[in-house]
Amino acid sequence: MNIASLTIDRIRRGLLAKEFSAAELAAEALRFAEAENPRTNAYLRLAPDRAMAGARRVDERIARGEEPGPLAGVPVAVKDVILTKGITTTCGSKLLEHYVPPYDATAVERLEAAGGIVVGKTNCDEFAMGSSNENSAFGPVRNPVAPDRVPGGSSGGSAAVVAQGTAVVSLGSDTGGSIRQPASFCGVVGVTPTYGRVSRFGLTAFASSLDHIGPFARNVKDAATLLGAIAGRDGRDSTSAGAPVPDYPALLDGSAKGLKLGLPREYLKDLTSETGDLIARGVDTLKHLGCEVREISLPHTDYAIACYYIIATAEASSNLARYDGVRYTFRSANSETLADMYRNTRGEGFGAECKRRIMLGTYVLSAGYYDAYYLQAQKVRALVARDFAAAFTGVDAIVAPVSPYPAFKLGEKVNDPLAMYLSDIFTITGSLAGIPCMSVPCGNTAEGLPVGLQILTGHFAETTMFRLADAFERTQRRPCV
Amino acid sequence: MKITEQEVRYVADLANLTLTDEEVARFRGDLDGILEHIGKLNELDLAGVEPMAQVLFEGAEADELRMDIPQPPLGNEAALANAPLAGAGYFKVPLVIER
Repeated sequence: MNIASLTIDRIRRGLLAKEFSAAELAAEALRFAEAENPRTNAYLRLAPDRAMAGARRVDERIARGEEPGPLAGVPVAVKDVILTKGITTTCGSKLLEHYVPPYDATAVERLEAAGGIVVGKTNCDEFAMGSSNENSAFGPVRNPVAPDRVPGGSSGGSAAVVAQGTAVVSLGSDTGGSIRQPASFCGVVGVTPTYGRVSRFGLTAFASSLDHIGPFARNVKDAATLLGAIAGRDGRDSTSAGAPVPDYPALLDGSAKGLKLGLPREYLKDLTSETGDLIARGVDTLKHLGCEVREISLPHTDYAIACYYIIATAEASSNLARYDGVRYTFRSANSETLADMYRNTRGEGFGAECKRRIMLGTYVLSAGYYDAYYLQAQKVRALVARDFAAAFTGVDAIVAPVSPYPAFKLGEKVNDPLAMYLSDIFTITGSLAGIPCMSVPCGNTAEGLPVGLQILTGHFAETTMFRLADAFERTQRRPCV
Repeated sequence: MKITEQEVRYVADLANLTLTDEEVARFRGDLDGILEHIGKLNELDLAGVEPMAQVLFEGAEADELRMDIPQPPLGNEAALANAPLAGAGYFKVPLVIER
């Protein structure tokens, strides 16, 4: 049994034909993850007890002749910012090194109800802040495709385990590109659904108006299946959307004929030549599939980074205020007064990137600056969202690069935070607008580094996004890891 | 220069963060560069633009609140399980008021 080559459909067939049991599959996934993890550091911990218990439940359902669920027996890895009851959830932070959540995130509850098997928790940038996974307190993740390179961030571990084949699918979180960029760097599919499509209950808050949970997979159909299983209204998240969840995988027919696609001219500058060539080739492929491609403009693109880093850091500075040494496991040992305890706990507990963002967020919200920065940024956010709304009156989907360049070397950008922020340009715009967007592999550079093509659609138009990605994927040869 | 070391220390105080002198110097430089970039927003004429605080959708479904039905609470023990210091059913912190 080779976990790395399994799909959700293949697992279902194997289980129903009694070729293997869910327990055998889970045991093999755990063994493989244990053996492979030293190469990448992608898992922070495995969850053998929970995985085996889940697998036995699936086997019992099958033995009783019951429908075992759309994710029956599928090994799923979960980013360590998503809460798992009884399983340590660190958020990649020293502050939460020993934090054991008392409840499950809704997305985890739902994927298990659908038969999915949580095999482990994946490494990530601290509190999901970063674009390279180098901000984890527990060491960086190495890209399984090129071990001297980053897997992208912040959901680097969740992308790496799927690329490596130690999980079949995984959950990540995306605030400004943290699913799409690592998916692009690791050569897998990564999906940021419409804001509110998946409940945020149990997702550790970074920037609440921008945070999303979404799937990683090795093919579009598996990503669509996982999203379908976790999406939908949840009374515990008042921003979760009540719109009905379509049967995404059933709607994939391999056809993209007649779709009108927009290519934003603002996204085609500043690309490395190889990334630009691969994106251009991808666009040609889409034309051959019968799509009509036209150039469009998203005129406020240049302002998106500034807008995002004001809003995201302002929200983060508020959300991270709770880590004060009272409730969440870590407390500085060197404090006599309450005020010192707060300050020293936070000073010792947070890593450099979290502190930088807390500082920026506190600054832009501080007296005298609120109007100049935060309010201004919220207005610019409205303009970015308006750009997309205008574009979608003329096209069904937008195609674009995910990142200006493929995976970079470990350490290459770590000392230049602004350069790291600027690299998020193509993913941040979609996050600000709250529209669904995804990365689908569109080939490798001469060095063998994967490049992702980004597809963006209007709010709740995931079906169009998946259909286009699926039709495109069928034209690509899958890169080997 | 957009921000001074003194302002960095003031903001760290607001954020309840102890920073070392090296961190103050480093963050001053980092924030300076980022604020310089952020200044770009002043190029835009934003008169009449409504600020966007949330991604909101039209339609009744998203506006629905859940039914207010009592649920069993987490419970004192589970709520305190991650406390660095707890006792007698409370979170314990350094003494605040002298008696």
